[in-house]
Parts: sequence; structure tokens; C-alpha cells
Amino acid sequence: MQRQRTWLILLFWIFISFLTLFPIYWLFVISVKPAVELFATPEVILRDAYWQNYIDVLNDATVRGYMLNSLIISSCNAVLVTTLGFLACYALSRFDFGGKESIFFWTITNRMAPPAVFLLPLFLLLTQVYRIGDFTLLDTRIGMILVYCTFNLPFAIWTLRPTVDGIPKELDEAAFVDGASPWKVITEIVFPLCRPGLAVTLILTWVFAWNEYLLAATLTNFRARTLTTGLSEYITTTGTEWGIMAAISVFTLIPALIIFSLVQRHIVAGLTFGAVKG
Amino acid sequence: MRSNRLGWILLAPTLLILGLFGVVPFLYIVWLSFHQWNPAAVNPDIVFIGADNFRRLVFDAGFLSSLGVTLAFVFFAVVSELIIGYFLAQAFLKEFPGKAFFRTIHTLPLIMAPIIVGSVWKLMTTPSIGIIPHLLDSWFGCELNIGQSAVAAFTVVVIMDIWHWTPLVTLTLIAALVSLPPDPFEQAQIDGAGKRQIFWHITLPMILPAVMATVFIRLMDALRIVDEVLMLTGGGPGSATRFLGVHIFREVFPRTNYGYGAAVSVIVLYLTILVCWLLYVSMLAPRATKKG
Repeated sequence: MQRQRTWLILLFWIFISFLTLFPIYWLFVISVKPAVELFATPEVILRDAYWQNYIDVLNDATVRGYMLNSLIISSCNAVLVTTLGFLACYALSRFDFGGKESIFFWTITNRMAPPAVFLLPLFLLLTQVYRIGDFTLLDTRIGMILVYCTFNLPFAIWTLRPTVDGIPKELDEAAFVDGASPWKVITEIVFPLCRPGLAVTLILTWVFAWNEYLLAATLTNFRARTLTTGLSEYITTTGTEWGIMAAISVFTLIPALIIFSLVQRHIVAGLTFGAVKG
Repeated sequence: MRSNRLGWILLAPTLLILGLFGVVPFLYIVWLSFHQWNPAAVNPDIVFIGADNFRRLVFDAGFLSSLGVTLAFVFFAVVSELIIGYFLAQAFLKEFPGKAFFRTIHTLPLIMAPIIVGSVWKLMTTPSIGIIPHLLDSWFGCELNIGQSAVAAFTVVVIMDIWHWTPLVTLTLIAALVSLPPDPFEQAQIDGAGKRQIFWHITLPMILPAVMATVFIRLMDALRIVDEVLMLTGGGPGSATRFLGVHIFREVFPRTNYGYGAAVSVIVLYLTILVCWLLYVSMLAPRATKKG
């Protein structure tokens, strides 16, 4: 009886996992099919793989440029927000100034606001207000790195706060008594102790920046286009190149999958602003 | 305590960036929503028109249908995710071989970019390429064409959202269910309470804070859905899946009617703030009572 039930439960979870994995598997199937075979009767089982779509994507200088942009923007943004978030958390944790809890809660509202609302004002500000002479932030990597701070910086602050709060204050008090400078205390005492938390924050903010689409679609044209926006260019034309689109999707997906294996335990806490520990 | 000046210096870059790219855009859009400004119109100047933009909004069929579709989507998606997520969380509480492995697979969609989720489901459901229309046709003889049928497109978007976000609900509910103390359940069983009674009178009240937090996080995310839909249906057919975010991106923004677009954005923001406020209250209220 007990054994039968275990089998039923296993069967149930295999079914659920199939529902989860099949769409991703299907993406892969489409990406390794030549265009002529796509419109034949869809077949679930893959007979032979045709890698030309991937080769075409990698040979396309435009797409390579998008990949490079995505890589630079998300990496710089992740490093920037983790550093600034860490410093901000140190300030919020160790100093006692009025309204610091209000500041803390205020930061998260920046993340909660829907990005669609900020398309219009950010576009207008980037083109007309935030400019030095002829240089505008529109369609530049630095512009996107700064814009992505609006959602990633609050995230970094919220995930790092418990980590920094968890480092005993006595440690830095003792160092101050010994005559260490604030900079030295932060970099040589607090930073090494916060490393695990900082790594998780760095990785998750990197994924969020890598996955972002809407702001990049509005605030870039061609110089700073990211991979996600490049992907959408393949559907707007009348004859969609399904194979290429699937191959680019796989390329966009791979970094996230690698990262997923690293920080799986922290994803739920990350997506619920720390309200739920996974 | 050391001088607070150092604290402010450490906070300054954060406040500066969030101010420039968070607060200024917000103030700007509120200011703009009371003005008429269309650079492509006969009169390209910015003119103060009071609440006229908002008055126009109330009678704008496009905006109203978009609002209706969004609310319908949010309702169907969040309710389904809660119910499915609860049952999956319950199923995860039992011990069975390979539990961690199945849990990993179940978490997988959470890390995927929304745009990729859209592209995956587009490949699944586009007629002649996707497997779903093919199977529906050969098994049941019914046609699924998300490019033509409004109902089909809406349903597929809801199913896609369920596929993408149910794992989050499952995992938060697992966390809540695991932390429950066993005593009340044992007591209730001794007293002869039925399964349904236990759920309504013991389980639900005890996991309610976690459920509320999950509901509001899901509400907030569902209200802002854009990327997946742009990829999957582009807001069509007609306006069947033109949610508020899509409406701003597709209709309001390209028309360069900036004043009116600002008003639409402000309303969307107001809706989200309302939900966030509820979230904040629901998350803080239990903590406050615990302290008191």
C-alpha cells in the first residue's frame, strides 16, 4: 500500500516536471531544425540536430554586439549596485541618523513601481534633461547601467541589509579604537565577512539586469541594444525566422540556467523582497 | 557614535542615483500629466490644462478596455496560481524519493527572462509550428489560433503566467507550511475535526500572513506584465491582451502625446501603489502584533 502511494506521488511529480520542462525542450527542438522542416507536422522526438541556426547567430556581428552589450551592461550594473548597496547598508546599519528606516522603505518603492510607467519620463529625461552638450544618455551603455539601478539598487539594499546587520558592531568599534580609518574598516573587516551575501546579491542582480527587456527596448536604438531586445526584432518582420529566434532565446537562457544552479536556494527570498525565506 | 556625516556620504551615491532615475521621473510625470504636450501636434508647446487629461481618460475606450483586460487577467492568473500552488506545496510536504530534484525543476521557470518565457510559449502555440495547436487539432479536432481568437490568446497568456509564476507561490507556501507547529493539528485530529475543517479553521488562519504577502507580490507583478505579452501576442488580436503596460508601450508612447501618456502612467502607478500599500500593511501588521 505504502509502496503504491510512493509510486503515485512519483508519477505525479514526473508529470508536473514534464509540464515545466516540455516548453523549454520545445524551444531547443525548434532551434535545431532547418527552416524547411518547421512547417511539416510537428514531431516531439528529435531525430537529428541541425546546428546551423546557432552558427548563423554567432556569425551575425549585430547579434554578437547585442551579446556584448548585454554582458557589459549587466556585469557593470551588478558590480555597481552591489557596491553601492553594500555601502548604503553599512550606513543604515552603523549610523544613527533620523529617518533612516524611512529611507530604507522608500528605496523599495523604486523597485515596486511598474517599469512601463517610467518609460515615458525616463525617455524624455534621458533625451532632453540629462545631457552634457551633445552627449545624451539615450542609447548608451552607461545610460542603461544607471537606469537599471532603479530596480536593482533597492534589491541589493534589501538583500544585503540582514547580512550587514549580522556582522557584530563590536568588531568595527574595536578597529576604530585601534585607530583604523572608516575606509579600512569597511574594506578589510566588514567586506570579507559579508562575502557570501554579496556574492548572492551580485549574481541575482546580474540576472535581473540580463533579463530586462522593456526599458532597454525603449531607451536603446542600436548602439546599446541588448540581447533581449535583439530577440524581439526577429518577430516584428512578416517572415519570422523561427529557428534563429529560438537559437537567440537559448543563448539568452543559458547564463540564467548556469546561475540558477548556483543560487537556487536564494531565489525565493530574492523574488519576495526577503519576505519569505525559501 | 561617530559623526553621521560619514553615514550620509556612504548613502549619497545611492540617494543620488535613485533620486535622478526614480524620484525625478516620478515628479516629472505627475507634473506632465496636468499639461498638454504633443511635439508632433500643431501647437508643440507645453500647456497647463488642469485635470483635462484625466477627464479624457475616463471616456477613453482604449484605456478602459485595457484596464478591464488587465484586471481580468490578474484575477484569473493569481487565483489559479494560488490554488495550484497550494496543492503543489501540500504535495511537497510528503517525503518521497527525488524530492530535491523535482523541486529544482519546479523552480526553474522563475529564473527565466519574461521575454524568453514569451518566446517559448510563442513557439508552443503558433499554428503550424507549435505542438499545442497540432495536438488539439488531431486529438479533439478543435482549432487554436492565438493570432485570431481573442479568447484563445487571453487563455494562453493566463496559462503562460501560471506556468511562469506558480513555482513562486508553491515555494512561499512550502516555507509557510513547514514552519507551522504540529500541536494544533494533532489536537484537532483528536477532537475529530475533518480535513476541510482543519484547513479553514487552522491551516488557513495560520498561513494567512504568508498567503497575503504572496498574493500582493503576485498582484503587483501581474499588474505590470508586459514583456511576455509583447512577445507572445503583441497585445492582440485586437485589444484582447493589451494590458496596461502594453497599452503604454504600444499605443500611448509612440503617439508622442506625452501629456496624455503621462496621465495614463500616473493612473497605472496609482493602482500599483494601492496594491503595494496593501502589501506593506499586510506584511507589517502581523509583525507589529507579535511585538505588542
